[in-house]
Amino acid sequence: MLRIDPDTTGRGPRTTAVRRGTAGWALLGSELKVLFRRSRTWAMLLALAAIPVLIAVVVKIASSGPDPGEGPPFLDRVSQNGLFAAVTGLVVSIPLFLPLTVGVVAGDTIAGEAGLGTLRYLLAAPAGRLRLLAVKYAGAAVFCLAATVSVVAAGIGIGAALFPVGPVTLLSGDTITPGESLLRLLLVAGYVSVSLLGLSAVGLFISTLTVVPVGAMAATVVLSIVAQVLDSLPQLEWLHPWLFSHYWLGFADLLRQPVEWGSFVDNALLQAGYLAVFGALAYARFARKDILT
Amino acid sequence: MTAGAPTAGLAIETRGLTKRFGRQTAVDGISLAVPRGSVFGFLGPNGSGKTTTIRMLLGLARATGGRIRVLGQDMPHSWQDVLPRVGALVEGPAFYPFLSGTANLQRLDAADGRAPSSTRSARAGEALERVGLTHAAGKKVRAYSLGMKQRLGIAGALMLPRELLVLDEPTNGLDPQGTREVRSLVRSLAAGGTTVFVSSHLLAEVEQICTHAAVMSAGRLVAQGSLDELRAAGRRQVRIQTPDGDAARRVLLDLGLAPEPGPGNGAPVTAPLDYHLAPERIVAALVAADVRVRGFSVEATSLEERFVALTGEGFDVAH
Ligand SMILES: Nc1ncnc2c1ncn2[C@@H]1O[C@H](COP(=O)(O)OP(=O)(O)OP(=O)(O)O)[C@@H](O)[C@H]1O
Ligand SMILES: [Mg+2]
Repeated sequence: MLRIDPDTTGRGPRTTAVRRGTAGWALLGSELKVLFRRSRTWAMLLALAAIPVLIAVVVKIASSGPDPGEGPPFLDRVSQNGLFAAVTGLVVSIPLFLPLTVGVVAGDTIAGEAGLGTLRYLLAAPAGRLRLLAVKYAGAAVFCLAATVSVVAAGIGIGAALFPVGPVTLLSGDTITPGESLLRLLLVAGYVSVSLLGLSAVGLFISTLTVVPVGAMAATVVLSIVAQVLDSLPQLEWLHPWLFSHYWLGFADLLRQPVEWGSFVDNALLQAGYLAVFGALAYARFARKDILT
Repeated sequence: MTAGAPTAGLAIETRGLTKRFGRQTAVDGISLAVPRGSVFGFLGPNGSGKTTTIRMLLGLARATGGRIRVLGQDMPHSWQDVLPRVGALVEGPAFYPFLSGTANLQRLDAADGRAPSSTRSARAGEALERVGLTHAAGKKVRAYSLGMKQRLGIAGALMLPRELLVLDEPTNGLDPQGTREVRSLVRSLAAGGTTVFVSSHLLAEVEQICTHAAVMSAGRLVAQGSLDELRAAGRRQVRIQTPDGDAARRVLLDLGLAPEPGPGNGAPVTAPLDYHLAPERIVAALVAADVRVRGFSVEATSLEERFVALTGEGFDVAH
């Protein structure tokens, strides 16, 4: 049944009065809802959480621990202190699993909406092209944090369940309490999340170029791998400080006493640079794009 | 806006609007004039450029040439002022399949920065009720049928009171009941003062709900005006085969028709036919006047035939 309500058929004065300057944040809230109501998002977060769990379980059931220096960094420490399951989980996830999930979310931002056809309705609503880009990027950034936190949280949980948790000896030789080391873990999670912001900006830009979300996702993930390969070639040393992946594994300075902020700041500046450049490119492209899906 | 009375001015006005895709010209210099308060049918066969035009009206696609004014303001320049006052359904509905109907409506509404959050869920509920989807409000759109999605799309356009509704083939995929409901919805929205711009390739649909129409063919605007004007441009005519030509003409004159002056007896007699005069009355009058009728036909240059003539072969006319 189609029911006609005379109050809402014409442009009522009631709504004209209310429709001013409200709900500036509603689109971001809605974006996060859409992101976190998708089963795909939760599947990726669960897969990330499974990595430290897998590591901890393997270490637990192996009869002899690995020799120091064998396997991923910090692996030999997991059995002595469960908190290292989180750090090891991060180190293992950074080269592939984190960029993979971030690439999926960032590559999907605009192209996913275009593919569904919802982009035309968002823009006709009107969301505004700049506002939509900003909200989409903010959503991807929140996902970066969620992804990192799910690795760290799962690592802490499984580490505490399977191994003793005690004072942590830092890389500088100082010892800190478990409470303090939780804070350090949060700091590391923040560092890794920030590291992924440049890649998210690249993904956002690629996402404005196509209406096929899978293509944008794949291209973003491939770029993250290419950047790491280039970063490993000594012949290209001049290029290394400019690669968004350059500081990805550089959080060791946060595990010293006192904390050395140098690499955190360098990383943040580099990621901000990527955001500025690729954000601008994305806007330049998206602002004049014909929405034909 | 007073109910029913069209406000002065045009809700949509384009001048020489053109859109080229590479070498193909999808929309070719069209000048639309959609009066405020009208229900405007935008007719044309598949691929004639209706959706492309609508995309340009809404600022989704950039025009290659020409100017657009919507609700008195330039588009796409003034989109911030114009678009919140326009509800739209463009080339079928599109939704997030993993969200419920209600959540989809709320998502779209949140995209409009000026839509009040406080009334959002209440308005979504009302809009769903108006299109008869209350029972499926909590269902994931993945599980909606085509017609249910179409209804949800219409509900999205009705989340806020609008001055202009742009509906691209709104009855596509609807059952007969749904089609009737959309028609009556459009009528009552128009009665409330909303201008409705509705595209269709079904002439019957346009004839039933529209006050005005424009006809597209291969990217060009081939006719435009009120439905009466369009009808007047193509009247029916009667054609009588008879040896008694002069007598037949006298009978037609008596009936109030204006027969074309013929060459006398022998040739067929023709006359434009008013809609209110039933053809069988003419036959009866001719027989009563002892005119020897050897053939009688009504050549209907109806709106339908006129549109077929305007748009060429393959025009999809549904009855
Ligand atoms: N993205 C595009 N790229 C190239 N050509 C396009 C594109 N979109 C539409 N066209 C062309 O523009 C012309 C008009 O298409 P449009 O979708 O506007 O037609 P329509 O009148 O809405 O048709 P229908 O009744 O089938 O919906 C068509 O010839 C089509 O091939
Ligand atoms: Mg179309």
